[in-house]
Amino acid sequence: MSLLIPESGLFLWMLLAFVVVLVVLGKFGWPIMTKMIDERARYIDESIAKAKEANEKLEKIQEETAAMLKEAQEKQSSILAEAVNMRNQIVEKAKTDATLAGQKILEEAKQQIEAEKEDAIRDIRRQVGLLSVEIAEKVLRQNLKSDTDQMAMIDRMLDEIKTEK
Amino acid sequence: MNKKNKVLTRIMGLLIAVGLLLPQSAFAEEAVQEEGGLDVTAMIFEHVGDSYYWHITDFGETSVSMPLPVLVYSQTSGFHCFMSSRFHHGHASYEGLQIAPEGSEYAGKIVETDSNGNEIRPFDFSITKNVAGLIITSILLIWIILHCAKWYKNKDQVSAAPTGFVGTVEMLVSYVYNDVIKPNIPHHTERYAPYLLTAFFFIFFNNLCGLIPGSANLTGNIAVTVTLALFTFFTTNIFGTGAYWSEIFWNKELPAWLRPIMAVIEFIGLFTKPFSLTIRLFANILAGHCALLGVLSVIFLTAVSMPGVGNGVMSAVSVVLGIFLDCLELLVAFIQAFVFTMLSSIYIGLSQAEHHHED
Repeated sequence: MSLLIPESGLFLWMLLAFVVVLVVLGKFGWPIMTKMIDERARYIDESIAKAKEANEKLEKIQEETAAMLKEAQEKQSSILAEAVNMRNQIVEKAKTDATLAGQKILEEAKQQIEAEKEDAIRDIRRQVGLLSVEIAEKVLRQNLKSDTDQMAMIDRMLDEIKTEK
Repeated sequence: MNKKNKVLTRIMGLLIAVGLLLPQSAFAEEAVQEEGGLDVTAMIFEHVGDSYYWHITDFGETSVSMPLPVLVYSQTSGFHCFMSSRFHHGHASYEGLQIAPEGSEYAGKIVETDSNGNEIRPFDFSITKNVAGLIITSILLIWIILHCAKWYKNKDQVSAAPTGFVGTVEMLVSYVYNDVIKPNIPHHTERYAPYLLTAFFFIFFNNLCGLIPGSANLTGNIAVTVTLALFTFFTTNIFGTGAYWSEIFWNKELPAWLRPIMAVIEFIGLFTKPFSLTIRLFANILAGHCALLGVLSVIFLTAVSMPGVGNGVMSAVSVVLGIFLDCLELLVAFIQAFVFTMLSSIYIGLSQAEHHHED
């Protein structure tokens, strides 16, 4: 039965020893280890969270890159199409401009020709007028060699004027 | 540092190996001494009990043991302080004190005789085998843990985790801390963790040391386990919250007529908890030691009852069983430390109860 009765001496020593162990380890042992364990756990958790975040970011960046690439391609093709358009327009415009300019030159030429033609006609008319006056003079001189002829002429002319009136 | 750890690991391994091998040689001497057969009961009780000598072994008739200091306070004769060798193994009295003989009420303890001739026990706080063992294991435990704590100096959370011996200790600390203490005591963990870790390592270390032949059987001693249980008892109840006490004496979750009955049961439960902690640890370790010693005694019992081949066969069986029981005790050493810590943290966790929100 002595096994079942706590020995007071041993109890006291045990109390003392345990308190000493508790105080020493509670102050210099466990807090250092548990603090490190906690900190390491937190660090690992944080690292995992960070890695996750980084992965997400990377995915986002990859998506963004793909989107940017796509956009660039679209832009490129649109720019190309625009360039083709513009070229066509320029060519078209050049063509129309050229036609217009040609027409204008043609017209100007025509006008000049017309004007020159008219000048020429006028000249011709004047020449014709002068010639006809000269001819008429000559004819008249021929016909009015006698006084009778002159009188007949004056009469006829007076008649003509009379009939006109 | 690494080399030091290696040495430490080797020493631990050696101690365990010696623990598995030594019992046979230690008892062989006793078998020779007691020719008429072995008094198994006395032998077992001598090994699991306390003593004023640290008995190591016997060589033939000579007992090899270390005398220990006796510290006694008697109400009649005051303080006494001398080495236990003065008693000449219980054959002599010294300064009016003697070791009570077999059959006495205080067999094996220091007694004095009062004026009426009755045996009375003075207040005895001698450094017995258990106390000496306690001092040695406490110093060793402090040294081991502080040695491990030193590793963490100049290290931060980014440093690699420790390996080797420090790594093993950290694994245990982190297991107890993260898987036992934290889930049971979610609030004020840092207030209770030092006590629970100390309790776990104290019990575990003393359980292991108790397995070394010739060492003191500390955790199989009720005075040691009752101290540990009282620590849990006071930690639980001194820091208990109002909700905890109201749950004990007037549990609002129960029907009114049941509350007084439960209050009585819960009040008794306050004391059965540390009592069960005391008995569980003490009985498990004591029973393990007794079973191991009993199995090994078979060698010497059969040496007398069936000499020759029978003894050889039984010895082999006994050695195999002994090795098995030693391994089992290594397991029990951990399990009992774990169970004590686990239950202590559950009790403390319960005492930290918060008021339930009324639904």
